[in-house]
Amino acid sequence: MTALDAALLLSGGLLALGPAALPLARRPGGPALLHGAAATLSAALALLGLWALVAPGAPVQAVLPLGLPWLGAHFRLDALAAFFILVLGAGGTAASLYGIGYGRHLEAPGRVLPFYGPFLGAMALVLFADDAFTFLLSWESMSLLSWALVLADHRNPEARSASYVYLLMAGIGTMALLFAFGLLAGPGGGYAFAAIAAAERGPGVTAAILFLMLAGAGSKAGVFPLHVWLPLAHPAAPSHVSALMSGVMTKIALYGFIRVGFDLLGPVAWWASPVVIVLGSTTAVMGILLANVDRDAKRILAYSTIENVGVIFAALGLALAFRANGMTALAALALTAALFHILNHMLFKSLLFMAAGAVLAATGRRTLDALGGLIHRMPATAFLALVGVTAIAALPPLNGFASEWLLFQGILQSPGLPQPALQLLLPGAGGMLALAAALAAACFVRFYGIIFLGRPRSEAAAGAVEVDRWSLAAMAGLALLCLFGGILPGAVLDTLAPAVGLATGGRIPPQLGNSWATLVPVTAGQSSYSGLLVLAFITFGAMTSAWLVHRLASHRLRRGPAWDCGFPLTDGRSQYSAGGFSQPIRRALGGTLVAAREHVVMPPPGDMRPARHAAESGDVAWMRLYLPAAAAVGGLATRLNTLQFLTIRRYLGLVFVSLILLLVGLTQWN
Amino acid sequence: MVSLSYDIAHLLAGGLVLVSFMLLYQDRLYSLLNVFALQAVVLAGAVAWQAHIQGAHHLYVTAAIALAFKAVLVPWALHRIVERLGVHREVETVVRIGPTMLAGMGLVALSVVLMLPLTAAENPLAREDLAFALSVILLGLLMMVTRRNAVSQVVGFMSLENGLVLAATGARGMPLVVEISVAFSVLIALIVIGVFLFRIRERFDTVDVAALDESRGERP
Repeated sequence: MTALDAALLLSGGLLALGPAALPLARRPGGPALLHGAAATLSAALALLGLWALVAPGAPVQAVLPLGLPWLGAHFRLDALAAFFILVLGAGGTAASLYGIGYGRHLEAPGRVLPFYGPFLGAMALVLFADDAFTFLLSWESMSLLSWALVLADHRNPEARSASYVYLLMAGIGTMALLFAFGLLAGPGGGYAFAAIAAAERGPGVTAAILFLMLAGAGSKAGVFPLHVWLPLAHPAAPSHVSALMSGVMTKIALYGFIRVGFDLLGPVAWWASPVVIVLGSTTAVMGILLANVDRDAKRILAYSTIENVGVIFAALGLALAFRANGMTALAALALTAALFHILNHMLFKSLLFMAAGAVLAATGRRTLDALGGLIHRMPATAFLALVGVTAIAALPPLNGFASEWLLFQGILQSPGLPQPALQLLLPGAGGMLALAAALAAACFVRFYGIIFLGRPRSEAAAGAVEVDRWSLAAMAGLALLCLFGGILPGAVLDTLAPAVGLATGGRIPPQLGNSWATLVPVTAGQSSYSGLLVLAFITFGAMTSAWLVHRLASHRLRRGPAWDCGFPLTDGRSQYSAGGFSQPIRRALGGTLVAAREHVVMPPPGDMRPARHAAESGDVAWMRLYLPAAAAVGGLATRLNTLQFLTIRRYLGLVFVSLILLLVGLTQWN
Repeated sequence: MVSLSYDIAHLLAGGLVLVSFMLLYQDRLYSLLNVFALQAVVLAGAVAWQAHIQGAHHLYVTAAIALAFKAVLVPWALHRIVERLGVHREVETVVRIGPTMLAGMGLVALSVVLMLPLTAAENPLAREDLAFALSVILLGLLMMVTRRNAVSQVVGFMSLENGLVLAATGARGMPLVVEISVAFSVLIALIVIGVFLFRIRERFDTVDVAALDESRGERP
């Protein structure tokens, strides 16, 4: 049995969890059992992926007699797929472990569990697919199953509208993918990936395919302006599914883009790469700005996913630019940064969604203004969430810093590119990414500060209790991995090397031999970073200063009332609110980018209500792009509605005239 | 012999188109039914001649079906319907004769312009036949569009079907099963339409389809 057979068996097992859930979901121990089974299968998948990455043999292939009769279903396991299998397996394991505990809070497990295992299985099949038909079928199954999971809370009108928008956007994305694969297969219709990779194409067709993939995979990953469904749908699902959608499903979409753009498409002209870079950096800035002004904990995380996807797309565009100019080592550097960030984002975004889910389970509230002070009520969750926000804010020594640092090393190499346009563009894109990173730090200071610090802003927050051990174990595992990736990034990068080599034909220098676990992306003379040394310095510095403070200051521990200069209000509203905390950013950047408006609502004379200061903001893409398009479609439909009420003779006449027009057209065509 | 047989086939198919034009300007129902019977006779002749020159004996059956059903049975049934409905004195003019005839000529021109280049590789007989068949079909449709009496719409539909049979016999190798099933389905359509005619009549006291529009509340 090859590794691929085992992997397909595991995916089949995940798919089979769906039917198994139908009788089991309502039993008392059913949800825990199903989540446990999903965790076991995912863990096996992750180990398999890791093994296929570490001990790379020749890619294994298999053809199953499923699907189209003349095509069959082709499957393949190579280094690139193995890396993403690792991401999927790790994310799936953590989410399922978390689900064992969190599943007790599910209102209707019968609406979640039948789709949960198959969702994981469908994502695995997307990664194994080796022909366009299997790929699209698995992709669409993944979309529909996640749609069903978004709709799990179907009594909530917000979830219903979110799932509707998601379904529409998924349809548009899949249509773009259909066109892309149609162009890839060409008139001959060779739908197997081997035939697609062997075909010859002109630069125009190649660029068209790349842009279609950018639209198709990008809409699933959340590229601006196709991201509008993501902040609605990801938070609407149960929290461990949100973690999977944000942490893993967006990565599957990125896999689709990488597989086509780097592996199947062959050489791409250099002028296609600026589009990817500009879209990526725009997405990063817009996503994190929207995260900064939002007040819903899970939606903030979803917007931050958009930012991270933007960062990854910018890295992919950079890799395309380097590769188009034959600079394989630097292309490998940029792609390594992208893949490393993909892994890291899966880790910390899953961790944070689980923390948000823990808060939701403990308090029942998602809006920031109803939370606060949870560090006293939920210390373990608070500590693990602190690791997550430190990582996502790209602070050393955690993994988020390592991958973003690697990306900026790639951008710093851009003066070596021969095209002046790219030389001019890349520093600008780097500036935008730096802005996004800074805004991300601000966003997560707000996120963590409002939720966990201060005093409770509602009764629910005041009465919260710590979550169960399974949830804490899942979060702790992810936090440990975040720390591992930050301290020993060299080990991760060396493991990634086969996947990068498959996509770019190059690799960065081996990292494991360096002293002090230092990262040396190009040459030792240029730049290097050692997470281990930074950790050692931070630990040493913190302990020394703590010791000095205790040594030099008085030994006695004193307790005095906090905020003693005013009077300690028992009401939590005397603190910063979520809207107040983001006001500087909203005023400085939000005017046009997030349509931020502030106004005072005055009650009419004689009314005893207080005046209110209201701040509003929204998604510019939604307001300027989607609402007008929806209005146009609605208007057209109203106009065409008269066609429903014609007389019989007019209908006959309509048929007659259209037949005549078609025939006349046919005469012109010949 | 080849050229004579070609000429006769051409004559018969052309006659079919000519009778279609005659159908267009009949504004009394009895004369309309008579001309329709004439068209069926011409069709039977055309099909029989095709059977003769192609040596395809099953086409004689098609010709016989056309003669029996379309030249005799259907006109007779429609006659009875018209009689029982008492609409034989009605004169209908929706679109005037002149524009209708001009439109018909345009349709024939269109089908010739369309069919001849499309079938350049076929033998001349089949090409002419297909062009004429398309003309008959389009003229039947035109009739359905320009009439408002339900009986004349039925006649338009049947004449459209005549064009289909002509096209089917012009192309070699059409099996008999297809023709029988087509004839059968048309007969059933006639029955269904007949039933509906009486239903409409029962309900609205007229077979003018405009009454249907009124009942849907579109005209006061």
